[in-house]
Amino acid sequence: MDYHSPASFAEASALAANATGITRFLAGGTDVLVQLRSELVTPDTLIDIKKIDGVSDITRNVDGSWTLGVAATGAEMSEHPELSGDWPGVVEAMDLIGSTQVQGRATLTGNLCNGSPAADSVPAMVAAGVTVTITGPDGNRTIAAEGIPASPGKTTLTKGEVVTAVNIPARGENGGDAYLRFIPRTEMDIAVVGVGVSLRLDGDTITEARVSLGAVAPTVLLVDDCAKAIIGSTLDDVALDALAAAASAACNPIDDKRGTIEFRTEVAGVLAKRAAKIAYARAKGEQA
Amino acid sequence: MALDDRKSEFTFVGTRPDRPDGLDKVTGRAKFGADVSAPGMLHGAILRSPHAHARIVKIDASKAEAHKDVKAVVTRADFSDKVPFQPGLEGEFWNVLENVMAGEKALYDGHAVAAIAATSALAARDALKLIEVEYEVLPHVTDVDKAMASDAPVIREGAADYSVPEGMHPNVVRYHESGHGNVDAGFAEADLVIEDSFVTEATHQGYIEPHACLGMLGNDGKGELWCTTQGHWIAQKTCAALLGIETSQLRVTASEIGGGFGGKTTVFIEPVALALSRKANRPVKLVMSRSEVFRATGPTSSASMDIKIGMKKDGTISAAQGVFRLQGGAFPGAPGDMTAMCAFAPYNLTNVKQIGYDVMANRPKQAAYRAPGAPMGAFAVESVIDELCKKLGLDPVDVRLKNAAHEGTQASYGPTYERIGLVETLEAAKAHPHYSAPLKPGQGRGISCGFWFNHGGETSVSLALSEDGSAQLMVGTPDIGGSRASMALMAAEVLGIPYENIRVTIADTASLGYNDVSHGSRVTYASGLATIKAARHAVERLCGRAAAKWGIPVDAVKWEDGCAVPSGPNAGDFDPMPLADITADMGATGGPISGHFEATPEGAGVSFGTHIVDAEVDPETGKTSVTRYTVIQDAGKAIHPTYVEGQYQGGAAQGIGWALNEEYVYGEDGRLQNSIFLDYRIPVASDLPMIDTVIVEVPNPGHPFGVRGVGETGIVPPLAAIANAVSHAAGVRMRQLPMSPPRILAALKDNG
Amino acid sequence: MSKFHVSTTVNGDAVEYLCDPRETLLDCLRDKLNLTGAKEGCGTGDCGACSVSVDGRLVCSCLMLGVEAEGKQIDTVEGIAEGDVLHPLQKNFIEHAALQCGVCTPGILVAAKSLLEKNPSPTEEEARYWLAGNLCRCTGYDKIIRAVMETAEELREAS
Repeated sequence: MDYHSPASFAEASALAANATGITRFLAGGTDVLVQLRSELVTPDTLIDIKKIDGVSDITRNVDGSWTLGVAATGAEMSEHPELSGDWPGVVEAMDLIGSTQVQGRATLTGNLCNGSPAADSVPAMVAAGVTVTITGPDGNRTIAAEGIPASPGKTTLTKGEVVTAVNIPARGENGGDAYLRFIPRTEMDIAVVGVGVSLRLDGDTITEARVSLGAVAPTVLLVDDCAKAIIGSTLDDVALDALAAAASAACNPIDDKRGTIEFRTEVAGVLAKRAAKIAYARAKGEQA
Repeated sequence: MALDDRKSEFTFVGTRPDRPDGLDKVTGRAKFGADVSAPGMLHGAILRSPHAHARIVKIDASKAEAHKDVKAVVTRADFSDKVPFQPGLEGEFWNVLENVMAGEKALYDGHAVAAIAATSALAARDALKLIEVEYEVLPHVTDVDKAMASDAPVIREGAADYSVPEGMHPNVVRYHESGHGNVDAGFAEADLVIEDSFVTEATHQGYIEPHACLGMLGNDGKGELWCTTQGHWIAQKTCAALLGIETSQLRVTASEIGGGFGGKTTVFIEPVALALSRKANRPVKLVMSRSEVFRATGPTSSASMDIKIGMKKDGTISAAQGVFRLQGGAFPGAPGDMTAMCAFAPYNLTNVKQIGYDVMANRPKQAAYRAPGAPMGAFAVESVIDELCKKLGLDPVDVRLKNAAHEGTQASYGPTYERIGLVETLEAAKAHPHYSAPLKPGQGRGISCGFWFNHGGETSVSLALSEDGSAQLMVGTPDIGGSRASMALMAAEVLGIPYENIRVTIADTASLGYNDVSHGSRVTYASGLATIKAARHAVERLCGRAAAKWGIPVDAVKWEDGCAVPSGPNAGDFDPMPLADITADMGATGGPISGHFEATPEGAGVSFGTHIVDAEVDPETGKTSVTRYTVIQDAGKAIHPTYVEGQYQGGAAQGIGWALNEEYVYGEDGRLQNSIFLDYRIPVASDLPMIDTVIVEVPNPGHPFGVRGVGETGIVPPLAAIANAVSHAAGVRMRQLPMSPPRILAALKDNG
Repeated sequence: MSKFHVSTTVNGDAVEYLCDPRETLLDCLRDKLNLTGAKEGCGTGDCGACSVSVDGRLVCSCLMLGVEAEGKQIDTVEGIAEGDVLHPLQKNFIEHAALQCGVCTPGILVAAKSLLEKNPSPTEEEARYWLAGNLCRCTGYDKIIRAVMETAEELREAS
C-alpha cells in the first residue's frame, strides 16, 4: 500500500487519477481503517487529505450558509455552538455515529463517501439540502449530497475526483431540522432505520419540507411523498399519519442481521413522525 | 496446637481493601496475553475455512513456504497422530485437536485448516493468501432442531456415546434423563397445566481480550508457553498431548487474563503456536483478531426446549418436566445434561422429569460460559412459572417461596441438599424496596430464581514465610476478577498478619502442583480453602517453633492474632511470640517455614440467586430498556464483598445482553454474519442502569469460612427475569431469545 | 519506499519509529515503542480498549495509522500518573473495584480522563454515553460509573 499526504486537492486529485488498483482517500479513517484491518479492502493507494490547508475549518459564510472542511470531525461540529444552533439535526446525526473516540476522527465527507445506505449523517444532510464540492481531472463541480451514493459501498465519484468541501445552506427564518435513527442498543450500532427531516414554517403551517430515509433502500432516499404529506399542514395527526404511510411506502429494505423488512418498513413511519415533530418544534423556536 | 475448623468471626475477611494488582492494572503495566515478546520471535497467523462444512481435498502450501518471510507452515499433519478418537467426551483430547486444526473436514465457518509463522504480523497475514486449499463443499446444518431431524447432514459418524437411545440421528451424541416421582400423576393433580416451547440463540462470552499466546518448543521436546488462560495446567496437559511431548517438559505461565467467563478453559491457538515454533525453531506469537474469536472460539450452546408444569390453585407445583436440546457445535459437549439438571433445581418437587440432548451442528465447538447450560433452562422454566402465577393470580415471589428447595429437599437431579440459601434470597427479594416500588405505564417487572452447582476441583497452594514476617502465597488459579485480594484476606485471617504483608502470585506450572481451571465458581471456594489450609499448615509449624523455644509441648501452643501464645494457664506463662519473631531466626530453628495444600475439595456447595428487574418496552418500535435491576444471591460468606458485588453485577449485565440483543446470526450459507462487536451488540455503559446487589450469607458447610462460589449463578436468572418483565410490559409472552426489537414488534403485531 | 519514518511525542517524550503504512498507531505504540497499556480488543473501533489521546482529542488508536502520528502529541494510559502519584481516577478505580480483569481499564481511564477534562460535572447519563465506546464485559459498568462520578466530585472540590 502506498501512502501519500498531498498538500493540495489538486495534488490529491492528480495522485488518484494516476494511481492504479484500489484508491482510497483518508479523512477520518474510521471506515477505511476498519476495512483495512479486516482485509475487506486493502487499498493500493491511500491518500491522506488531512494535511491540506483548511480541511478542518468550519466556516459560516456571509449569506448564513456553512462550509465545512472535509476533515472537520463530528466532535468539532458538536462543539460548534452556532452550527449546532442552525442545523441541530445535521450535527446530531453526525454525533450519533460511533463512540466518543470515533467522533474524534469521523467526518461528514467520509460518512457520505463510504456509500453506506445506513450512514447516519447522510439522511440529515440530504434533508438539509447539503451539497458537496468536488475537484477532479476535469475541474470542479458541486452536486447535492444525495447524488454521491450510487449503491451500497459505491459512489458516483469518478477516477481522480475528490470531495473538497461540504456546503450546508443558510438555515434562514422559521426552519428546523431533526434526525432520528433506530438502533437496538443506545449507542454504537449501525442504524436499522434513519430519518432526517428539515422543514420551514409560515406561522404554524409547513411551507417547505425535505424528508430523507436511511437504511431502508440501497441508497439513502429523498422522499418527495413524505414532504408532500406535511407541506401545507400544521403537522396535525392526519398529516403525521400520511407522513408515516409515505415513509413506509418508500421503503425498499432487506432482511439482514440488523433488522427485518417488516420492522424497517414499520419503524420508518414511526421515526418519520417523531423526527418531524422535533423539527417542527425547532422551527417554532421551541426546545426539542 | 488447637485450631477451630470453622470460623464465623473475622478480622480481615469481609473487609474491602485495595486489590494487590490494582496499581499494575491502572497504569498499563500489567502483562496480558499479547503484551510480551521474545528475542527472535515470529508472528503466527491461521488460515480458516470459509465453509460451514467441507471436505479438505488438498492443501498446497508450497508458495507460502517459498516466501522469504515465512519460516514455518503447519497443518494437521504437524500434530500428534497418537491422540485417540473416542465417542462422546471420552476422547476430548481428540475433539480439541480436531477443533484446533481441521483434519479431513472443515466443520464450521472459521475452522482452522493451516497456520503460518513469519517475520512480522503483516507478513504472516499476507502469506496466508498464498496457501491454496481445495474444498469439496458439503451440506451443512446450524440449527439444533434441524440438526436432529432425520434428513440432517451427518457431521461425524461414531461420535455418539453409550447414553444415546437407539434410532436417534448421529448428530445426537449424548443423552441425559433424570428426575423422581410420577409426573403424569402430578399433572393430573394440577389445577392448571401449561406446556410451552422456548428457543435461545448461542451467545459468546465476549471477553475483551482476544486469545493470545507466545510459544517456544524445541526439537528436544522441551517448551515454554505464555498464554491468556483460565487454567494453565489444562493448557499444559492438552498441548503436550496434542504435540506428543511429555507434560512436565512444557512449562506454562498464565498471563494476566482479560476476561474468560468459561471461554478460556480450553486451548485454541496455543498448540498451533507450539507446532509452528517446533518447526521454525523460534518463538512464535499468535494473537486472534476479534473476528477469529467470534468465529472460532467457544460461544455457548443454542437451545430448543419444551416445558410442562402443573400447578395447584394455592401455587404448589404438582409436577414439572422439561426436554432440553442443546447444540454445541461440531463436537460433543453441549451441556444438555447441565441444563436438564439445573432447570428445576430451585424447587422442592414431588414429581419431576428432565431430559437433555447434546447435539452437534456446523458451528464452533461450544465452550463453557458462566454456569454453562443453566441460564437457558431457567429462562424456559421460570417463564412458565411466571405464566402460571399470572393465570392463577398468584404473587410470583410467594409461589417460589412456597415451592423453594431447602435443607433436606431432594434435588430435581437427585441428591439431597445440605444447608442452602434460596429461601433467604426470596425473602430478601420480597422485603426489598424494589419489589414493591410502583411501576410506570409501559413498564413491567419480572423475577426469576437461578441455580448453579459450583465446583471444587484439584487444587494446590503453597505459602512461604519470609524472614521479615511477610508471606508469599502461590496459587494456581488465574486471577480473573480480583481473587488475589480474596486469597490474601483469607491468608491474613489465618496468619494474623496484615493483608498488605502478603504477596499473592499466580504460579506457573513448574512451580506448583496441578490446579484445575478457574471455572465452576471454584477459585474463592477451592483455592481459598487451600489457602486457609496451607496457612494453617504454616501456623502449625510456627507453633512448633514457639513450643521448642518455650520448651513446652506443641499442643500447648495456640495461634492468636498473629502470635504464638500458650494455649492456657497450665501451658506456662510466656509473652505472645509474633510471627516475625519466629521467622526472624527460622533458618537456625529448623529451616524455612512453608505451608502446603494439595487435594480435591468436595464441599463446594450449591448456589442460588433471585433477580428482580423492571423493563420498559416502546410499543411502536419494540425496543426494551432495563430501568431497574436488583441481584440477590447467597455468597455463603463474602470474603471481599466489593468483588462479590462485582460478580453479581457482571453476571446480570451479561444476562441482559443475552436476553435482549446478543446472538450468533448465521446466513443461509452457514457463515457467521456478525463476527465483530459492532454487530454482536454486547451491552454498553449507556444501555444499563446501576445494578443493585444484596449479598445473602448462608454459610456453606463445606468451607472453613462458609464460602460459596459466586461467579456463575448471577447469569442464571436474568434471561427469565427480563423475559418476564418484558412480557408484562408488552402484554405478550416472549418465548425466543434474544428479545430483539424486531421480535418484540412482531409479537406485538401478532397479538393485535 | 516501504516504511515511513515517524517522529512524534508520546507522554511528553520525543520518540521515533519506522512503520509500514498499514500499521495502526496501536500497532506502533505496542510493537515499536513497547507501550502495551493500550490493548487491541477488536481492531474496529468498537471496544475502546486502545483509547489514547491525540492532540488532546480522544481516539481509538486502532482507527489511526501509525504514519498519521507524525508531529502529534499522544497520551496513553502509561502517562496518566504523575511519577509515582496516581491520578484520582486511577486511585478511585482501585478503591471502587471498578476493574475485574482489568483489560478494558487502560482505555476506560484514558476516556474518563478526557471526559472530566471536557466536562468536570458530568451527569451519570453523560458519563455513560461518553464511555459507551468502551466495552467492559466484567463489571456491568456500575462500579466504573461510580468511580468516575466520585472522581469528578473530588476534582471539583479540589479546584
